[in-house]
Amino acid sequence: MARAGVFICHCGSNIASVIDVEQVAKSAEQMTGVVYAATNKYACSISGQEMMKQAIIDHQLDRLVIASCTPRMHETTFRKMLGKTSVNPYMLEVANIREQCSWVHTDKEKATAKAIDLVRMSLAKVLKNQPLFTSSIPVCKKCLVIGGGIAGIQAALDIADGGYEVTLVEREPSLGGKMVMLDKTFPTLDCSACISTPKMAEVGAHPRIKLMSSCEVSAVSGYIGNFEVTIKQNPRYVDHDICTGCGLCEEKCPTKLKSSFDQGLGQRKAIYKLFPQAVPAKPVIDAQHCTKLTKDKCGVCAKVCPLGCINFADQESYTTDTFGAIILATGYQLIDWGSHYPEYGGGAYADVISGLQFERLVNASGPTEGKIKRPSDGAQPKSVAIIKCVGSRDVAKAHGYCSRACCMYAAKHAHQTIEKIAGAQVYIFYIDVRTPGKAYEEFYDRTREDGAVYIRGRVSKIYEENGKLICKGEDTLIGKQVTVEVDLVVLETAMEPAANSGQTAALAGVSADKDGWLTEAHPKLRPVETQSAGVFLCGTAQGPKDIPDTVAQASAAAAKVLGLLAKDELETSPMISAVDTSKCSGCRFCEQVCPVKAISMIDIPSIYNGQKVKRTVAQVNSGLCSGCGACSAACRTGCIDLLGFTNKQILEEVDALWQ
Amino acid sequence: MAITDNTNFEPKILAFCCNWCTYTGADLAGLNRMKYPDNIRIIRLPCSGRVNPQFILRAFQKGYDGVLVCGCHPGDCHYTSGNYFTRRRFLLMKRLLEFAGIERERFQARWISGSEAGKFRDTILKVTEEIRALGPNHRMKEADIYD
Ligand SMILES: Cc1cc2nc3c(=O)[nH]c(=O)nc-3n(C[C@H](O)[C@H](O)[C@H](O)COP(=O)(O)OP(=O)(O)OC[C@H]3O[C@@H](n4cnc5c(N)ncnc54)[C@H](O)[C@@H]3O)c2cc1C
Repeated sequence: MARAGVFICHCGSNIASVIDVEQVAKSAEQMTGVVYAATNKYACSISGQEMMKQAIIDHQLDRLVIASCTPRMHETTFRKMLGKTSVNPYMLEVANIREQCSWVHTDKEKATAKAIDLVRMSLAKVLKNQPLFTSSIPVCKKCLVIGGGIAGIQAALDIADGGYEVTLVEREPSLGGKMVMLDKTFPTLDCSACISTPKMAEVGAHPRIKLMSSCEVSAVSGYIGNFEVTIKQNPRYVDHDICTGCGLCEEKCPTKLKSSFDQGLGQRKAIYKLFPQAVPAKPVIDAQHCTKLTKDKCGVCAKVCPLGCINFADQESYTTDTFGAIILATGYQLIDWGSHYPEYGGGAYADVISGLQFERLVNASGPTEGKIKRPSDGAQPKSVAIIKCVGSRDVAKAHGYCSRACCMYAAKHAHQTIEKIAGAQVYIFYIDVRTPGKAYEEFYDRTREDGAVYIRGRVSKIYEENGKLICKGEDTLIGKQVTVEVDLVVLETAMEPAANSGQTAALAGVSADKDGWLTEAHPKLRPVETQSAGVFLCGTAQGPKDIPDTVAQASAAAAKVLGLLAKDELETSPMISAVDTSKCSGCRFCEQVCPVKAISMIDIPSIYNGQKVKRTVAQVNSGLCSGCGACSAACRTGCIDLLGFTNKQILEEVDALWQ
Repeated sequence: MAITDNTNFEPKILAFCCNWCTYTGADLAGLNRMKYPDNIRIIRLPCSGRVNPQFILRAFQKGYDGVLVCGCHPGDCHYTSGNYFTRRRFLLMKRLLEFAGIERERFQARWISGSEAGKFRDTILKVTEEIRALGPNHRMKEADIYD
């Protein structure tokens, strides 16, 4: 027989002035299963707790109902108290007679009757409670960072400097992401490479960072503290263990290709480093274009390599490792504007370029050594049109969201043009100018003072005429059509989630929103955590943002990871789902509704008609389960239940009023 | 046909509230000392997605006059997707119950966030009056059926 104790808290006069607590205790004493009931001035106080602990001993109580304030306030307090007694901390139910009774009702009689009902419901539930036990899982003190842009770099450095091992996986042959392609960064106009390449070098040389370039994550299993991750190494055809990065191969390679780093404006070889300061500072072979690999002709690189690093037979390989935490920093890509904006020439005009191409043009180490030249004829443009929101804030053609960094870098591009080309005329077409950020508005003001002409309106058409580009649009402030004739057009194009970022995140149980940006656990209060415990995110993978915000988020994610890795063991909540495999039919409904991918199917041996057979049943990963109970509501056979909120417990609560 | 006067009828209403939004909103209503009728009994669950259709049927069988299912606003679920399942399940249940003769007002779903104490109070006020007007649930209450 259960031996329940019921304690009614006065909460000073908060409860007792409206509810007749003595009456509630008297009624409780009559209820089946109750061996002791009493009131208590302040149940949460030390003396209140001592009184309950003593009653547990005196009356050999094995479970408790405490009628007091909301369980959201003191359930944990009372569980902790029970931890020091013979009663299991989960053999407790809290009846909310303050927030949901004495504070919202004035009629004493009715409030008292309701309080008695609430106690009866909690008692009915607690009579079905089972002792539950927290378990602990060891934490593997290593972090995986996916993506080596400035977000991934910053996070990796912070964690490694904090004393933990980091593996940084980057799918390109070098670290750096977009930041290293930029020329100068707003609003301070410091040289982007000057501030990012030292950080890249630091990653490359850090004793606690393992950099895996040309790699991708191909599988993730496990849970917080213990993720098993399979990493695919794409073939590089160059043995990086031996290569010194002397560059002879690159020099002699006869195949010239458009450089992706220079956004198609410069050239590179078929064996190449992404850019001169690449980390790792060693080349890879572009298998699609290397004539040795495609046609078995050439092989010059292998001949000139003094150390014999070239291996044309290189294959992809896989390694598996365990990590305690994962950070997703997969960044962004720019919209393929040509396919969305045929009215801008759809890519047919060489002198209509993207903002990132402009960055390469003004960059001293770019294809034109920093001279702004038209891609078509190499001439210096005297007039430039900058068009903002190409693909952003344009639901009809592309995306509804704002890409956040463009207003500022459009101002930067205008400033750079005016600075580098004496007498240049710059027009900026805009919908709004958004400059929230320290020293941002001042930067925009300066650009206008420099002489940039801001025209409010979208450009509806761009065409070529007599070697000039004609931009037609509307100036919505004066309500008139405007036409400007320029030598160069720069499109400030929308950010989009990096290709396949959704798939990579899904491996780790993280979802993406309708636009593909990865979803944080809470937009305000848990901005760098995800729904998947132990998986964090930062940078533009989460949504468009500039470098200061990216770096701040990266350091925030690192702080979260450091907090996690500092623990030797993690306590897991025991209020999670459990499967009764004898009843499970393996229908997989639970698997589909689980938000954290905690449910998987296993085959268990079973006997059917005297035959040994295998039966597929659900199993719950206790490290992943977040205890929402969606699975048990979806279960057809009632075999999967949520401990602490079992079907039985809830039905007893429902029934309680009519006992 | 005699017209019954339900003015003095005190309906019993059961609300399943998720811990993160509506239960919190109900607590906030208390903290703000808002007043609402005492006809409601709340069962706290981690998520509205935990509400098993069986719970609702049982409540009506046991004689509750109305049942509310409350959770976070779509898109705000603490567990990402729980309330989307609730929404779908609710619509199915509602049709089934209407088919069985349970008036639509007796079974309602509401999205109430942890900050919407006023909305919580208003919901309880409104739902209580709607159900009061309908009178007791005879249709599904076991005790009445077996009588
Ligand atoms: C034209 C232009 C100018 C800009 N100018 C400025 C400026 O002046 N100031 C400013 O503050 N901001 C500026 N920005 C914004 C800035 O580029 C971003 O804020 C910043 O680079 C974001 O860094 P990130 O690390 O989040 O993303 P990224 O730089 O995109 O890095 C992501 C990295 O992850 C890798 N990756 C992606 N998917 C995977 C995968 N599945 N597996 C492994 N690796 C993967 C990518 O290869 C990449 O290296 C500008 C942007 C543009 C387009």
